Amino acid sequence: MKRWPLTGPGLTYLTVFMVIPLGLVLSYAFLRRGRFGGVVDEPTTENFTRLADPLYADVVLHSTWIAALTTVLALLIGYPTAYVIAGLPRRRQTIALIAVVLPFWTSFLIRVYAWIVLLSGPGWLNKALRAIGLGPVDVLYTDAAVVTGLLYAYLPLMILPLYASLVRLDPQLREAAANLGAGPWTSFRTVTLPLTVPGILTGCLFVFVPSFGNFVIPELLGGGRSVLVGNLIRDQFLKARDWPFGSALALALLAVLMVLLLAQAWAARRYATR
Amino acid sequence: MIEIKGVSHRFGRTRALDDVSLDIGEGEFCALLGPSGCGKTTLLRILAGFETPDVGAVTLDREDLLSVPPHRRPVNLMFQSFALFPHMSVERNVAYGLERERLPRAAIRERVDAVLATVGLTAYARRKPHELSGGQRQRVALARAIVKRPRLLLLDEPLSALDKQVRAEMQLELKRLQHEVGITFLVVTHDQEEAMSLADRIAVMNAGRIEQTDAPVTLYERPRTTFVAGFVGANNLFPGPNGITAVRPERIRIRNRIGGGKGGNDNDGTVEGEGERLTGTVVDVSFHGGTSHLAVRVPGLDRPVLIAVQGPSRVTSGEQVSLSWPPDAAVHIPASIPASTPVSTPASPIEGEEP
Repeated sequence: MKRWPLTGPGLTYLTVFMVIPLGLVLSYAFLRRGRFGGVVDEPTTENFTRLADPLYADVVLHSTWIAALTTVLALLIGYPTAYVIAGLPRRRQTIALIAVVLPFWTSFLIRVYAWIVLLSGPGWLNKALRAIGLGPVDVLYTDAAVVTGLLYAYLPLMILPLYASLVRLDPQLREAAANLGAGPWTSFRTVTLPLTVPGILTGCLFVFVPSFGNFVIPELLGGGRSVLVGNLIRDQFLKARDWPFGSALALALLAVLMVLLLAQAWAARRYATR
Repeated sequence: MIEIKGVSHRFGRTRALDDVSLDIGEGEFCALLGPSGCGKTTLLRILAGFETPDVGAVTLDREDLLSVPPHRRPVNLMFQSFALFPHMSVERNVAYGLERERLPRAAIRERVDAVLATVGLTAYARRKPHELSGGQRQRVALARAIVKRPRLLLLDEPLSALDKQVRAEMQLELKRLQHEVGITFLVVTHDQEEAMSLADRIAVMNAGRIEQTDAPVTLYERPRTTFVAGFVGANNLFPGPNGITAVRPERIRIRNRIGGGKGGNDNDGTVEGEGERLTGTVVDVSFHGGTSHLAVRVPGLDRPVLIAVQGPSRVTSGEQVSLSWPPDAAVHIPASIPASTPVSTPASPIEGEEP
């Protein structure tokens, strides 16, 4: 009982910013929409039956695909990057890590707008392509642009946990593998890779979760053509004024993410070595 | 079998190895003994292929070893930290090296089982390293290294991670194993007792150089440099005009001056070895069960003379005594041999790990 005062600030924060809003979302999802937004006190479950509509199921599937693609690409780019950084001398590691985190210090929106400039018809991408003799491509306002934007935004969240697990790896384990007859690739496949699985899982989760619910990047780089779960939820609240259905969608999103979190926690425990 | 010729290696400005040469014969149990930072671990890492020396040659069966990448060398290393793969069970750890040789599954199985039986870990085959005790982990590391039947087995401070009791047990086991499998062993250690009890031949290293390579008994009885005389076992070093005289504590005879009836002060401050007689005052007596250790302060000497006698001491602290030793007990170390450490170090080995 003596410890209660200390947990006070944390509990207050959690209540005000987590429990109450989530409770509201949960209760709205079971009510009917009001005519001009808001809700009326008529309990119903029809918001959830609407979720099964192929129209919305497609949006969820599409979001999953976009987020999964972003995650896989981030892993493919992030792992070698983290591997190289972890192999640098101490001082250079710090510099490289600062470089990885540096973009976070400027506005997220400005950085996304910058991608519009880069990817647009007469933008830098097409200039570069023309320079090497390739025709102009129309990337902006496609899924490719959305994935590029998400990848750019969340790649550091992949690199950091990977770096952390790689740098913690005892270098003698790699020497031991070599000593027992493993060439560099075999040593990586049998020792380094399995021992960094927890880092891989964490990185994938860190990229997948914000990509899945993102609505700014699909809006700006997808030009509204690529509707993801995040856009759908925002539209339900702000445009369609259907708060209950928006809440139901938000809960569905949360449910998917919770399942992923639990899966990650389970897998990480299985791979935990000590 | 292994020939190390004129190997030198630097890390930045530190000279880790300085013109080191050593031959190791087939089936020999050889030890590299020296204090922390003397370069013994560097030499080990060169043999394993983790470092390439700046100059010098290493050959195995007359063929160049240095150009062979680490994973192709018939040399296995038992790491000081064991470096067991934490995500693999004991049997997977041991099988790892054989899998790399692409042996058939049945053959791997058979050899893993055999080696686990040898080190007495059959019951633990499916455990992960973190579920084992220090001694068991060490056996796994050993099993993993010998299962490949290397030409040369390197052991880096093999017993340092173990407590005293397990240590003595493993020491015997290592020796038994070496006889059984007939592999050439090279053990690196800073513990002179470990080196003496395990090895057929010891190379004493200091500051990147090999000071002396000899059988344990020769090394103990006939040290050729001041460093070896001080580092291997306790010793009394008496500086003289043309070198140093070393006398082991157990070779010094002690006599109560009053009881012995010998008068006169033979000690004139400078000491010559042969049949020398010294007088002094007992400053400390300690009883160790089988033996007693005495420290005698002799006028003109910086450090007290150490004496070991069988059983309890007959003299007590404060008594005047005379000391003497037979001529063959005095080992003369000429001054011409470069003294790489300060003179007069009747010291015990420096404890500590390699950096």
